[in-house]
Amino acid sequence: MSGQSVSLHAYLPFLIDGVWVTLQITFAAMALAVPVAFLLAAGRMSSWRVVRLAAGFVIELFRGTSAVVQLFWAFYVLPLFGITLSPMAAGILVLGLNEGSFFSEVVRASLKSIVVGQREACVALHLPRRYAFWRIILPQALPVMIPPFGNALVLMLKFTALVSLVTVQDLSFRADQIRTALGVSGEIYGVVLMIYFALALVLAGAVALLERQAARWAGRPVPALLPWLRAHASPVPRWALGR
Amino acid sequence: MPGDDRIAATGGRPPMVRMAGVSKAFDGRTVLDAVDFAVRAGEKVTLIGPSGSGKTTILRLAIGLTKPDAGLIEIDGRYLWHEIRAGQLVDAGERHARGVRRVVGMVFQQFNLFPHMTALQNVRDPTIQVLGLTRDEAESRAVELLTQVGLADHMAKRPAQLSGGQQQRVAIARALALRPKVMLFDEVTSALDPELVGEVLRVIRELAHATDMAMLLVTHEISFAEDIADRVLMFDAGRIVEDGPPAQVLKDPTHPRTRQFLRAIIER
Amino acid sequence: MSGFSWDWAYALSILPELLRGLMITVQATLLATAIALPLGLVLILIRVAGIPVVSRAVWFLIEFLRGTPFLIQLYFIFYVMPNYGVTLSPFTTGVIALGIYGAARAAELYRAGIEALPPGQWEACMVLGLPLPFVWRGVVMPQVVPVVTPMLGNLVIVMFKDSAVLSTITVLELVATAKDIGVMTFRYLEPLTLAGLLFWIVSYAAAHGVRHLEARHAGR
Ligand SMILES: Nc1ncnc2c1ncn2[C@@H]1O[C@H](COP(=O)(O)OP(=O)(O)O)[C@@H](O)[C@H]1O
Ligand SMILES: [Mg+2]
Repeated sequence: MSGQSVSLHAYLPFLIDGVWVTLQITFAAMALAVPVAFLLAAGRMSSWRVVRLAAGFVIELFRGTSAVVQLFWAFYVLPLFGITLSPMAAGILVLGLNEGSFFSEVVRASLKSIVVGQREACVALHLPRRYAFWRIILPQALPVMIPPFGNALVLMLKFTALVSLVTVQDLSFRADQIRTALGVSGEIYGVVLMIYFALALVLAGAVALLERQAARWAGRPVPALLPWLRAHASPVPRWALGR
Repeated sequence: MPGDDRIAATGGRPPMVRMAGVSKAFDGRTVLDAVDFAVRAGEKVTLIGPSGSGKTTILRLAIGLTKPDAGLIEIDGRYLWHEIRAGQLVDAGERHARGVRRVVGMVFQQFNLFPHMTALQNVRDPTIQVLGLTRDEAESRAVELLTQVGLADHMAKRPAQLSGGQQQRVAIARALALRPKVMLFDEVTSALDPELVGEVLRVIRELAHATDMAMLLVTHEISFAEDIADRVLMFDAGRIVEDGPPAQVLKDPTHPRTRQFLRAIIER
Repeated sequence: MSGFSWDWAYALSILPELLRGLMITVQATLLATAIALPLGLVLILIRVAGIPVVSRAVWFLIEFLRGTPFLIQLYFIFYVMPNYGVTLSPFTTGVIALGIYGAARAAELYRAGIEALPPGQWEACMVLGLPLPFVWRGVVMPQVVPVVTPMLGNLVIVMFKDSAVLSTITVLELVATAKDIGVMTFRYLEPLTLAGLLFWIVSYAAAHGVRHLEARHAGR
């Protein structure tokens, strides 16, 4: 047992390199997902039927089928059409488009969530529609999007583990290699799970800071830091639990 | 047509808002049933009536937030949803309506201030966008109006930092800044705590006495209506059931529904 | 360049095998759901019960499961369990792992459902002095269940798509079947496209069902 932990220790730098790859994919895919989400949301709200249908098709394509299938498809089938992507590029493309399709619904819902009163005030004040969208509706919708954006970022981090299936040398892939190399049991995965969890906490914390900034900017109450501590409060009053 | 009779009686000024045979249904339920009335230039008209009788819908129709199912709406001499082409009345679209309704301003029950802007920006920025004022002109106009509604000391605050009464006064200044010829007020004090109602009514009262703007107000404040209104319209179930000077409608109502409604309000 | 153009005859010939894979996928999803929904409820009830150490531990467990990749959770269970003398088939292991992961996500949905209850409801119950069983069965649940039901429906659809990950521990479900066919025949286009299509058909139909459920609750 102790010999094994020495070996694990020796493999740590190898794992850390995997962490970098994982983070790179997370951010690259997110950088793709966000504009894709806005484009698809705009497409779904377009006044042209063709554009609405096309955006709806893309969203349905990525939301309705499994990400694993999409990943294999990009890896095994796309080259048949003469499009050969590196495993990393294929992974980023699929994750970005997939998450972008999900997030487009969030973008749309956030724009819709701006209460009817605000839209009506824009009409009653005869504001030009472009101005109403960019200066009144969007600035209020953006802060609404930040918490789901934070979720999306953590989701993306977890999501990147799938790229190990197409031989990208990320954290998950390296864990697999270590397990095979050491010929030992799966405890290495316990270590890797903790690394993923720590990364998720850091990302969520960063988003919480962003959320506070956005709230200040939007003139809303500033939420408490550390959302995961905030979430610990029980939604049920004590008396209702019979205490 | 009670509205037209009143026009004849109140002298020769042209109607600023006129509705003729206006009907509106929501989900198959008739909310307004062939309503006729007019508000003349400079006239102050108060709408009263039970909740759900269609008062808000009338105001929303008058500023083009809602489109009627039937009937004609005329604002400052132009049809809102129609135009006359080659002597024929034809349907016109949203673009046409946008031009016509420009002279109408509205104050909402829930203020609807822009939460991410200060009081000053709320009043100033629309004038830049809509009237094309320069920044300096817009700013001095906004300062003047905010001072007029008693908010000179609160101009740099966001809506969340203001009381309900202060927010509503910003909203009034914001609507006034666009130089409307008609102002619509939809129960502007009913979302306020009782002690804040007075300051908002005072602003509107001053406005009513000091300007020649036409005003159409929905309110449950009977003494306020008596004070400022030239005319009171009683709504019930999507129809105007009584129309006359406040001294008559509020003091000596003829329609049983009006009597019943006023009694209910006074007994509150 | 085999597989460049779509071959209908070939596609048709592999369909029965893919459908067998789909059956395994559906079975795994349903069995995992049968674990996830009740277990999630138990987890969230412990979590809100305010039992000193236990509630906090369960809360951490839920967050940990929700914050880490299902793929690695699956590997962990698959490779660690034999160390403790537990040997289960890959299918059973996969179902258990998916069920536990789903339970953590379901717990979060139950919590969201309870939180959606306006605080005034609890206060009204308290000032009326209603007995606790009635508070839960007569006031809280009737309001929480309609909110949570469509969310749980969507969770099942997500688990259905996530079950593709079981292919990595040799469960011969839909994706593994498609990939195996591809490896053996050197034609990937048809099996992988059909696999995607089958996923889409089932999840589309299920999403339709969930919307129906939602509309029915909203219509009341
Ligand atoms: N957008 C809408 N959709 C459906 N029903 C509406 C809508 N707006 C108003 N109504 C209905 O029309 C009726 C009249 O509403 P409203 O004009 O707001 O009345 P008031 O302002 O006199 O209380 C009410 O029964 C209301 O429920
Ligand atoms: Mg109203």
